[in-house]
Amino acid sequence: MKTMHKPVYLAAGAYTMSLGTGRPEFNPRTPRPGLDHYIRQAGAATLAQVGDPEAIDESVIGNFMAARFNRQGHLGSLMTIVHPALEYKPSLRVEGACASGGLALASAVKSVLSGMADAVLVMGVEVQNTVKAIYCADFLAGAGWYDGERKDGHTYFFPGKFSDRAGAYSAKVGPEKARQAFAHWYRNAVESARLNPDAQEHFNRTADLVAQGLTPPNPKGFTDHLNLFDCSKVSDGAASIIVASEEGWRRLGLARQDVVELAGYGQMAANLTAPPPDLTEMTTCRRAAEQAMAMAGTGIADMGVAEVHDCFTVSGVLLTEALGMAGPGGGADAVLEGLTRRDGRWPTNTGGGLVGYGHPTGATGVRMAVDLWRQLTGRAAGYQVDVKKDHGILVSMGGNDKTVVSMILKR
Amino acid sequence: MDLNTRMQNVAVVGAAGKMGSGIALLLALELAYRALEDRQATFVLSLIDMNDAGLQGLLRYVRDQARKDGERQMNRLRALYKDRRDLVENAEMVDEFVAEVMLHVRTGKTLALAKDALLVFEAAFEKEEIKFQIYNELAVLCPPSAWFLTNTSSIPLHVLTDHCGIQGRMIGFHFYNPPAVQKLVELIPPEGCDPDLVAASEELALVLRKKTVPARDIAGFIGNGHFMRDGLHCIREMEHLAEDYGFVQAVYMVEKVSRDWLLRPMGMFQLIDYVGIDVFQLILRVMDKYLKEGLHSDLVDAFLEMGVKGGQTSSGAQKDGFLRYEKGRPVGIFDPAIRDYVPMDAAFTADLDGRLGPHPDPSLTWKGLSRDAGREEKLRAYFKALKGLDSLGAGMARNHVEDSREVALDLVRQGVAARAEDVNAVLTLGFFHLYGPVNDYLD
Repeated sequence: MKTMHKPVYLAAGAYTMSLGTGRPEFNPRTPRPGLDHYIRQAGAATLAQVGDPEAIDESVIGNFMAARFNRQGHLGSLMTIVHPALEYKPSLRVEGACASGGLALASAVKSVLSGMADAVLVMGVEVQNTVKAIYCADFLAGAGWYDGERKDGHTYFFPGKFSDRAGAYSAKVGPEKARQAFAHWYRNAVESARLNPDAQEHFNRTADLVAQGLTPPNPKGFTDHLNLFDCSKVSDGAASIIVASEEGWRRLGLARQDVVELAGYGQMAANLTAPPPDLTEMTTCRRAAEQAMAMAGTGIADMGVAEVHDCFTVSGVLLTEALGMAGPGGGADAVLEGLTRRDGRWPTNTGGGLVGYGHPTGATGVRMAVDLWRQLTGRAAGYQVDVKKDHGILVSMGGNDKTVVSMILKR
Repeated sequence: MDLNTRMQNVAVVGAAGKMGSGIALLLALELAYRALEDRQATFVLSLIDMNDAGLQGLLRYVRDQARKDGERQMNRLRALYKDRRDLVENAEMVDEFVAEVMLHVRTGKTLALAKDALLVFEAAFEKEEIKFQIYNELAVLCPPSAWFLTNTSSIPLHVLTDHCGIQGRMIGFHFYNPPAVQKLVELIPPEGCDPDLVAASEELALVLRKKTVPARDIAGFIGNGHFMRDGLHCIREMEHLAEDYGFVQAVYMVEKVSRDWLLRPMGMFQLIDYVGIDVFQLILRVMDKYLKEGLHSDLVDAFLEMGVKGGQTSSGAQKDGFLRYEKGRPVGIFDPAIRDYVPMDAAFTADLDGRLGPHPDPSLTWKGLSRDAGREEKLRAYFKALKGLDSLGAGMARNHVEDSREVALDLVRQGVAARAEDVNAVLTLGFFHLYGPVNDYLD
C-alpha cells in the first residue's frame, strides 16, 4: 500500500450559504448570484484566516457542470478572482461529478506530496438554480453513462438510480425498517441543519420530521421508493480550504491548533459503464474508505466524527455500512439506534450533510472537509459536537458510487 | 362515429378569448397526446377568432403552456418517446412535445376553417346575436354529423338550436374560468339532444380530467343561476349600507364580509371585476329576458356608462372595476361621485373593520382552510361562532349565507339542478368555495 512520505494538513476552511428552496433569500423569479460571487465569497473567507495569501503556491477548483448550468468553462482561470496573489501561479479545474470537490482535495494533496507546492487553495463550487428541476436532472445525469443509461433512465435520473437502491435495500431489510431509517436520516439531517446558519434547511420548522420522512413515495409523480424528503436539494454554493505542508501552513501564519492532519486517503474510480455489483452496497465507497483507514492505520472505531455523501437518505444509510459502522444490512438499525446522531457514537454530517445543508455538487466534497476540520478543531460554533476521538472520516462520492475520495483527518 | 374519430378534426370558435384560449389549450394538448399514441391518424385543431393579435397571443399561450404541461408530464413523455432514440434528455423531449402540439394547430379568422370539423367548441362573446350568426353559418358549413359544444353560461340552448336549425346536435359544455385549471364542466343537454352526444361529452370531460355536473336548459344554468343572484344580493346589501356609511365604505364592508367572513377566495366585487362588469350585465340581461324576475342592477349599468368595466388584459392581469388593483390585489374602491378611486389605506380599513366588529376566527382563511384536511370540522365550529355573534359583520355574513342557500334551493325547486349536491358541486369546483351553499352550518 502506498503511504504519504510527509505530513499534509488542512486548514482555514470556509463555505457559503447553500442557496435554494427553503432559504428565505431564494426567489426563483429574481436574479441570483453567479459562480464568481460564490468563488469570491468562499475564497475571501478562507484567506481572511491566513496571514499572507502570497504564500499560496497553487489553486485548484472542483466543479461538475458549470459548462451547462452556467455556460462557463475555464474555471481554473476564474479561480484567480479570489486574490491577485493567485495570478500567474498554477490553477486547474478538476471534475468527477459530485466528487469534484473531493478530487480537488486529492489533487491538492498530490501537489503538496510532490513537493511542487507547500500551500494549495482548494475550492469547490456549483451554481445549479439556473434551470428548472427537470432540466437540472438532465445536467446531473451527466454523472451517469450517457450512451448506456440515460435514454432508459428516469425523468429524475439520479433519484431514479437511488430509488432502485432503496427498493433493493427495502427488499433486503424489510420495507418498513428501511423507510423508518430513511425518515430518521432525514430528521437527523434537518436537526443539524437547524444549528447551521448556512444550511439550506436551516429554517425548516416542521414539527414532526420523522412523520414527514415517512411520506409514502409517489411513483407516478416522482420515484418508486424515494419521496422528496429523501433527496438533497438543488443548491448554489461554494466551499474552500487550504491543503498545506507544515512549512506551508507556517508560512501562511497558522498555528498547529488551526490545522488538522491528513492521516490517510483513498481515491478511486469504478467502471462508469458497468452497473453496481450489488445495489445494496456502496462498493467503491467501502473500498476507498478501507484504503484511507488502512493508510492512516486506523479503523472505524477510531473515528470521532464523520462526513458522508448522503445525496439521498438511502445513500446515507448504505454509507454507514460502507464505513463499517454496521455490517451488511445493518445500516438501518445503526441509524435507528442513533449511532449517527449528533450525540451518537459517530456524529455524522453535523452541519446537515447533503440532505440538510444542501448539495452544490462541485462544492460538496470541499464542504465536507470544512465541516470535519471545524469539528476537529472546535470551530463548528452552533453545530459543534463533542468529538470523542481524534480522527474523522469523509467520503466524497461521484455518480452512482463511481468516483470516490475518502479522507481521514486527525486533530 | 366514436369520439376518437371526431377528435381528429376539432374547431374552437372564439378561441382567442379568455375561455376560448383555455379550451383551445386543453384540446391542443389532448390532440397531441392522441397523435403520439396513434401515429396513423391525423389530428387537426382549427382555432378561429376575429382578432389577429388575439390569435398570435393565443399561439404564444398554447406554446408556453404546452411546454409547462410537457414538463409536468415528463414521466409520460419519456414513456411516449421511448422508441425515439434521438430524444434522450428531458429537454429534448419537451421541445419535441411543444412542436407536436403546435403541429396540429392552425389558426384563422373565418368560420370556413371549421368546415370539416366534427366537434366544434364555441366560446364566443355572450351575446345571442353573435351566437346566432355563428351557428347559422356553421350549420351550413360543417358536415351534418358535426356536433356543437357551446360554452354559453347563460343563453338557453334551445333558443340557439331552434334559431339555427341544429336541434339534437348541440350541448352546453360550460367550462369554468380558467378552463385549463378549473375541474368543473357544467353539462347542459337541451331537449332532444342526441344521447350519443351526451355520452361523448361525458367521455370527453373525463379525458380532459373534468367533473361534469348536469344542469337543465334554463337561462343561467346552475353557475350563473347562483352567481348572478348572489351578486345582486351583495349589490343590494351594499346600496342599503351606503345610506348610513357612504358608497366606498359600503363596498369595502360587503367585499370584506363576502370574502373574509364567508371564507371565500374573493369578495363579491372582486369576483364581478374578475368576470367583467360588462359580462355580468350581459348575463343578467339574458337571464332576465327568459326568466323575467327583475334580474337587473342600475349600478352595474351606471358603472358601464362611466367606462368602468373590470375584466382582464390579454396577459391575464386584472383591470380596475369596482376595485382598483395593484399586482392583482385590491388597493382602492371606485367612487362614482368623483369618478375616481379612493385608496383603501390603513385608517380607512381599520375604521370599517371596527364597525363590522371582530371576525369570528381571524386565524381561519380561505387559503389556509383549502389545504386543511380537517376543514369540515373547523367550518362547523366557525359558523357556530358566527351564529353567536352580535355585530354588523356577523349579521351581514349570516344574511348572505342564508340568501345564498335560498338561491341554491330555488335552483333545485325550479329544476335547474336535479339535486342540492349539484349546486354545491358547482360552487365548490367552479367557484372554489370551501363549502356548498346548501348546508346546515347555521341551523
